[in-house]
Amino acid sequence: MPESPAIEVQHLSKTYATGKQAVDDVSFVIQPGETFALLGPNGAGKSTTVEILEGYRSRTAGEVRVLGHDPARTSRSHNARIGIVLQTSAESPNVTVAEQLHHFATLYPKHRSVDDLIAAVGLTAQRNTRIARLSGGQRRRVDVALGIIGRPEVLFLDEPTTGFDPEARRQFWDLLRQVQSEGTTILLTTHYLDEAAQLADRAAVIADGKLLDIAPIDEIGGTAARTPRVRWRDDAGDLHDERTTDPTALVRSSTTAMHDLEVIRPSLEDVYLGMVGQQ
Amino acid sequence: MNSATSRISYEIRSYFRAPDAVFFTFLFPIIMLALFSVAFADADPIRAVAGNGRPISVDYATYYLPGLVATGILLSGTQSLGVDIATERSDGTLKRLGGTPLPVLSYFVGKIGMVLVTTIVQTALLLGIASLVFGVDLPTAASNWGVFAGVMVLGIATSCVLGIAISALPREGRRATATIVPIVLVLQFISGVYLPFTQLPDWLQNVASVFPLRWMASGMRSVFLPDAFASAEPGGAWHLALGTLVLVAWLVGGTVACALTFRWNRKDA
Repeated sequence: MPESPAIEVQHLSKTYATGKQAVDDVSFVIQPGETFALLGPNGAGKSTTVEILEGYRSRTAGEVRVLGHDPARTSRSHNARIGIVLQTSAESPNVTVAEQLHHFATLYPKHRSVDDLIAAVGLTAQRNTRIARLSGGQRRRVDVALGIIGRPEVLFLDEPTTGFDPEARRQFWDLLRQVQSEGTTILLTTHYLDEAAQLADRAAVIADGKLLDIAPIDEIGGTAARTPRVRWRDDAGDLHDERTTDPTALVRSSTTAMHDLEVIRPSLEDVYLGMVGQQ
Repeated sequence: MNSATSRISYEIRSYFRAPDAVFFTFLFPIIMLALFSVAFADADPIRAVAGNGRPISVDYATYYLPGLVATGILLSGTQSLGVDIATERSDGTLKRLGGTPLPVLSYFVGKIGMVLVTTIVQTALLLGIASLVFGVDLPTAASNWGVFAGVMVLGIATSCVLGIAISALPREGRRATATIVPIVLVLQFISGVYLPFTQLPDWLQNVASVFPLRWMASGMRSVFLPDAFASAEPGGAWHLALGTLVLVAWLVGGTVACALTFRWNRKDA
């Protein structure tokens, strides 16, 4: 018997009281242990979708299951199995990093060691600093630590590295790989396509509330969108831009000079911008 | 350590690290007592006439002490909880807790435990300073301290429930202090804390008598002032039973209101 999915979303729709339809008939399934990225521009409906799965928002239509549980129903035992890193961390309590983590550890039955966790998120030097006095990036690491302190089976990460410098982002990726290796299912929303490419097994692109595509990272957008492009200028200076699966053949068949010749293999970013731009 | 006791120590620690909260809720009654005692040090004492026709007088420190004990309970309960919870609702603290296995009840046990501890320490400090610095004679009869304990317990419980209920009023955390402090301040002025209650116009006395502080203050006056001062109360009596009734009504009504309205976060439609 196949394992039941960690997250199941069937025909999910959400219309706000203002009449804005934030999510429009979105479906996807995430398997246990998988890292799944939800990509899309600002206001695409990523956070609304994630907050419905986290249990913060109600849905207008569709079926949603997280670890077999309907998140619209509050359940403490379910909350002990999930971890949440919200998009914003405005709160800045008057407690130290260690105090905050020790306190949250008492809320979870199978919590991690606080000392190990502080080391893993790179806050050893700040363990006795009050959270209100940390930098934005350091506070974000506390958020991540609080998200994984209970050894969640499913971890929600809503734009976790916004505001990180490149070094901090790399450290964060290493930390997440560790969490992945423990078998944690991760749902990640992000603006950063390199982050999705680094961490995710599969991704969904969502724009204007609709699911545009869902595929393994290196297949997203379909084969057509990944067809290499050959660009060059002819003797008259006119720009040529052709898509071909066989750039060598195209170049070899040319009977005139090709100036500034380039063969471009579309990056994830090119594919993504092509999809979102068509909307 | 379970989540409820962990919450209490967490809340108390946070409370004493916020200087503005400590000043405006914890130290405020002590500062007011010092202010009144010093300002009226040379004024004539306040008089009442005892049953046998002999005048009895108390100094200003003694006169203001009971009202300030009652005010301390209201500040530590209603004002501090109201501002605290409204801020936590708007800054994402409640949202974060709502996603953890923390039971809603443990959250409130933490808050109420914090109020209990801060109010007891605050009141002990207030009474100690009144006695040692300003020479107030504290009552010695066990019956007085029985009433004192009763008003304390009922006052703390009612103030906590009102604080939780009132935290729903501010639309955003930045306005929490500006919304809640004036309500508590007006109550202090109309409930006989700073101004002698029976000198207020009847209609204002009636308005104030709807609210808990007026009964907490008169209950505390019955403890700390000589019996002769009952003649300065409305109807010439302390009305402890009526006061208990009003406080219990607020406690029950407030608990029901909180149970019906409290949400971890402002839910979307």
